[in-house]
Amino acid sequence: MEILMSITVGVLFMVGTYLLLSKSLLKVVISLMLLSHGAHLLLLTMAGLQSGAPPLLSLGAESYTDPLPQALILTAIVISFGVTSFLLVLAYRTYKEHKTDDLDQLRGSADE
Amino acid sequence: MMNNLIILPILIPFLTAIILLFIRKSVKAERIISVLSGIALVIISGLLVKEVLDKGAISYALGGWAPPFGIALVADSLAALLVLFASIVVLICILFSIRGIDEIRVKFFFYPLVQFLLLGVIGAFLTGDIFNLFVFFEVLLMASYGLITLGGSKAQLQESIKYVLINVISSAFFVTAIALLYSVTGTLNIADLSQRVAEVNQPGILTVIAFLFMIVFGMKAAIFPLYFWLPGSYAAPPPVITALFAGLLTKVGIYAIMRVFTIIFYHEPQITHLTLEIIAVLTMVVGVIGAIAYQDMQKILVYNVVAGVGFIIFGVSSLNEAGLFGATFYLLHDMLIKAALFLLVGAIMIITQTSSMKNASGLIKQYPLVGWSFLVAALSLAGVPPFSGFFGKLYLIQGGFEAGQYISVIIMIIASLLILYSVMRIFFSVILGEENHASQNEKANIKGLLYPSMILLFLSFVMGFGAEFIVPHVANAAETLLNPEIYIEAVLKE
Repeated sequence: MEILMSITVGVLFMVGTYLLLSKSLLKVVISLMLLSHGAHLLLLTMAGLQSGAPPLLSLGAESYTDPLPQALILTAIVISFGVTSFLLVLAYRTYKEHKTDDLDQLRGSADE
Repeated sequence: MMNNLIILPILIPFLTAIILLFIRKSVKAERIISVLSGIALVIISGLLVKEVLDKGAISYALGGWAPPFGIALVADSLAALLVLFASIVVLICILFSIRGIDEIRVKFFFYPLVQFLLLGVIGAFLTGDIFNLFVFFEVLLMASYGLITLGGSKAQLQESIKYVLINVISSAFFVTAIALLYSVTGTLNIADLSQRVAEVNQPGILTVIAFLFMIVFGMKAAIFPLYFWLPGSYAAPPPVITALFAGLLTKVGIYAIMRVFTIIFYHEPQITHLTLEIIAVLTMVVGVIGAIAYQDMQKILVYNVVAGVGFIIFGVSSLNEAGLFGATFYLLHDMLIKAALFLLVGAIMIITQTSSMKNASGLIKQYPLVGWSFLVAALSLAGVPPFSGFFGKLYLIQGGFEAGQYISVIIMIIASLLILYSVMRIFFSVILGEENHASQNEKANIKGLLYPSMILLFLSFVMGFGAEFIVPHVANAAETLLNPEIYIEAVLKE
């Protein structure tokens, strides 16, 4: 199972990297979302995917899944959500001001 | 019970920021509260520094959960000193901002953002947990995104897109690195990590993870192949924000490198620390090349930030007492002097209305104080003996020789000379020289803009002349860095 997940994470990283190198700002933002999905899945995978009950003590199961990475992922998701929404607004504002979403045209000195 | 002292440097900026959010319309009240909380923070962190020197490293288990299960805050000498210097730099920048930033920016949460930035920086220095370090990194990065875009000029938007993108990527890498490290060791507490890595003697996979951490922190600290985002994004925002960034942000990345490569990954120095040495030297080289290539005052200083990162990382790569002593001393000096230089150049830019060196000259006739302060700052940056830059570099050189890094040391000395040349070029062409029309305009109002950088210069002067005050602290920090057992014992004591 871990192998399959690793391959999935690899594909996510690959697509993310490819989109990151594109010209359109929106594609770059999407690539960052994919990268953070990849990172979160990796966090889940790397903690081990043994079968066990959800980490709720009331279930009274023999073994539980590791609760720590789930807490870490929850934190990381909220953070990347905040950053992504900021980035989207920033991209919108940049589009309004510069009248372009082509990253090639956003190079050099903006004062000219 | 005195251990609660360690959490105050985190709580003070946090509570101040929240209070400031509610009173954004009243500029005066915001300024008064910011200055007062800044002074309180400097006093508290001064007490913390003294406490740590007297009683050894302090660790504090949040919520009473013993490490490694809970989150621990750890203050050894290095962390405490950095907290003190960070709060000094922020206090000075707040004093500068009283005259140096427009009211529109203040009304749109300038001061709360500064406090959140400070919160993230101090949290990153004090935390003893690697995921908590990530969270504090995000706190300071989010605040810095806010600060770098605040005002929303075209240039700022264009540069901050790059800044935000690069930092989001490095954060994704950080999560990845933590995931891999957790899967190998099964813990997140730095002291516990150190023990477990030592038990398995750092096999290949851990060295790979070490390199991943090097990339992550290197992106924040602007080391050689990963520095390219820094020159553009540091030149875009107003001078006081650049001063804050130059004084604090890259330093957090450097601190994380120092921590991780002295406490966790120190078992394969012939791989990791050799790489650090090569990177450090290349960072110095690109830094000075950039510093002598530009005609723009801000750009010159920004590349000096890059070169400074190289010097400190070089000290870490030596991995001996002199090298780490030099790295710590230079790091502290660099925080003060970079902030001072950016604030001075900010004042100069208000006088000349330009950051280009071509259109301004002969400031010394009308503004002698600016001129001489800049000279002192420039000499201190280059490391001329009576000033604070000297001791750091001296020990870096000694550490380099003791570790047999002769070529790197020679490159470092040449780089220091070129840094002196790059800042003296500003001095000779902008401060000295013929008065021209830009400086002949009626005297620009720089009242209140000069004394903050004078305070920083005075402190840097004290660090140089009164080195005996600070040397025991720095020596203690270097000793803790060199002997991870001290750190582990402080955190995981019975």
